[in-house]
Amino acid sequence: MKTTSIMIVGVGGQGSLLASRLLGTLLTDEGYDVKVSEVHGMSQRGGSVVTYVRYGEKVYSPIVTEGECDYIISFEKLEAARYAACLRKGGKIIVNTQEIDPMPVITGAAEYPTGVLEDLKAKGFDVDDFDALTPAMEAGSAKAVNIVLMGHFAKHTDIPKEKWLAAMEKVINPKFLEINKKAFDLGYGS
Amino acid sequence: MKKLMIGNEAVAWGLYNGGIGLVSSYPGTPSTEITEFLAKHDDIHSEWAPNEKVAMETAFGASLAGMRSVCAMKHVGLNVAADPLFTLSYTGVTGGMVVCVADDPAMHSSQNEQDSRHYAIASKVPMLEPSDSAEAYAFAKSAFELSEKYDTPVLLRMCTRIAHSQCVVDIGEREEVPLKDYVKQPSKYIMMPGYAKLRHPVVEERTEKLRTLAEDCMYNRVELAENSEIGIITSGCSYLYVKEVFGDSVSVLKIGMPNPLPEKLIREFAAKVKKLYVIEELDPVIENHVKALGIEVTGKGLFSAIGEFSQKTIREAFVKEGIAVKDIPEVQGEAPAVPGRPPMMCSGCPHRGMYYTLVKNHITVLGDIGCYTLGAVAPLNALDSTLCMGASVSGIHGFNAARGSETEKKTVAVIGDSTFMHSGMTGLVNIAYNATNSTVIILDNSITGMTGHQQNPTTGYNIKGDPAAKVNLEALCKALGINRVRVVDPYDLKACEEAVLEELAAEEPSVIISRRPCVLLKYVKPKKPLNVDTAKCRGCKKCMKMGCPSISFKEGKARIDKTLCVGCGVCSQLCAFGAIGGEEA
Repeated sequence: MKTTSIMIVGVGGQGSLLASRLLGTLLTDEGYDVKVSEVHGMSQRGGSVVTYVRYGEKVYSPIVTEGECDYIISFEKLEAARYAACLRKGGKIIVNTQEIDPMPVITGAAEYPTGVLEDLKAKGFDVDDFDALTPAMEAGSAKAVNIVLMGHFAKHTDIPKEKWLAAMEKVINPKFLEINKKAFDLGYGS
Repeated sequence: MKKLMIGNEAVAWGLYNGGIGLVSSYPGTPSTEITEFLAKHDDIHSEWAPNEKVAMETAFGASLAGMRSVCAMKHVGLNVAADPLFTLSYTGVTGGMVVCVADDPAMHSSQNEQDSRHYAIASKVPMLEPSDSAEAYAFAKSAFELSEKYDTPVLLRMCTRIAHSQCVVDIGEREEVPLKDYVKQPSKYIMMPGYAKLRHPVVEERTEKLRTLAEDCMYNRVELAENSEIGIITSGCSYLYVKEVFGDSVSVLKIGMPNPLPEKLIREFAAKVKKLYVIEELDPVIENHVKALGIEVTGKGLFSAIGEFSQKTIREAFVKEGIAVKDIPEVQGEAPAVPGRPPMMCSGCPHRGMYYTLVKNHITVLGDIGCYTLGAVAPLNALDSTLCMGASVSGIHGFNAARGSETEKKTVAVIGDSTFMHSGMTGLVNIAYNATNSTVIILDNSITGMTGHQQNPTTGYNIKGDPAAKVNLEALCKALGINRVRVVDPYDLKACEEAVLEELAAEEPSVIISRRPCVLLKYVKPKKPLNVDTAKCRGCKKCMKMGCPSISFKEGKARIDKTLCVGCGVCSQLCAFGAIGGEEA
């Protein structure tokens, strides 16, 4: 089988590490060969972050380059656009419509571009955009955006929901499991 | 047990199951997790040392005592520990000793992209280099035996992509290795000229034995392809990219032991292919070796010595060579240009108030290594230099020695608490001893921040989180010869300014300890977010000068993001119109 490549992109601190660990654990449990590439250190401090998840029969490279990505899962609008060139022809972008100003926008050196997602759609990108922040807050924490997005992405896979929940039990601190299960459900239903 | 894990966790499991008794390290991305994972085991001694040299010498002491020992560090940490490494090569070991070093090609979180393989060659120490977590486990586990069999420390080289990429690893059981007896061996362990002269030939003989091992060992392997004219010698993550692009359609010599490199194996491999390539990140270490054997090879002429590779790098290079590459990806479209998103100091970061004070007063700032290096970016642009751990304190002394009172009154060095423990203290001694009127600010956030919150000798806790001896920075600085030492809260802008101006004006060296714990620490409870009273806000943007990510400017007024603001109150001190406060407007 062909290797499937996923990129989880966002802003440092939004919880992309947990999302990639959840995916990695789930796909391993499903019997795939899996590679996950994480980001640690300086770029975690509010910078643009990208983690890669690849799975298939045999996966060598842990990273995803231009034109190789099947799914970009973006925690933020701008970040979806930043990595769009990685999407393969026919790939899909799933994006939380939250806007987080980067420093050049805060300092006034640049403006937060308007109509980013509309531009992508106009260029033929398959964009599935939705608000993941509101359901995350509804579940009990703005930090659950990552799991809302995973819930939404789950619909695009043929892996049953119970398997996702089982993987969540493995990687999520039991203290926060209930909030995250709710977040997953809300993402799955949206 | 089979588990998906990052390379660093796999290394930790390999070392643990290989019989480690002690690990001593200084944190540094991308090496930190090796020690963090080892510290989860209560049956071994684990610790954060003040710096890499202390860590390596601690591991040496444990090896001398007959215990299998480890130290782990990032590439630049090996510069600090180079002194013990070069002579450890002569003494060899009693208990097996492994030095883990993690390079950072593309500088994800580093100040340079040096290639640690040069250290292996220069110190004549064998080096292992895995390609993924599974190999990281196997290589790490085997390293103690290699170390003891050949009586040498062993370097285990990781790089960012392998250290922080996950794949499934099958981890076995721990091998309990008893302490070896301690026997006094002066000619092996006292490296004074008379004895060291006897050890150097031993090192040379050992290298020859290791080279013989390199010809036929678990680390290096040949993967011959049917009917392929192309041969690629590669190592580390480059191997993964080669396999990603070519699968089994080209012949590969995979090098897992980059020092010493085999000769016969390379000659035989080269003889089986028509066109030979070396693909390695950073410097042409394997390539130079192949060329020295008189074998024609293409390497850095086609592949860069800069940054990381990927499957794209390999594809593009071979397309350029006119060699067919299948499955060239097709993009959906071009990415639109969007503003950059560089990393920045967090909302409520205690460093911000001090930096704002320095910038406001047009102070020249010699910086150091840590989260506070982010003071260099807009809008603060606070820093004038960042070189290496400790260089702010040593550097300001030279800077002021060169320019005298012209700069002494308007220059400071800034250094974090952990970095000061690592290598700031000796620079401070030099300021006092050789008398420049220098001002040093210790940005004490009570944790090693950038690498992800490790304890250090100033925090009062050890690697396990248990209470530990706590260095008193005030008393320490005084003991090192600085009379003027004061503490200031960086959330109090008035106090910061007073301290900075007074200490710069003083006619003797001084230390300001800017003390407030990192806002990301669990015990630091955020205060209620602040609000902007839009009726009072005149849109002067003064609050935006300190670069707080919580504050943005919308429709002519400042706005505070309540999900980010931790209520530090520094911005409200900046507002001349009293527009920022704790109550809803």
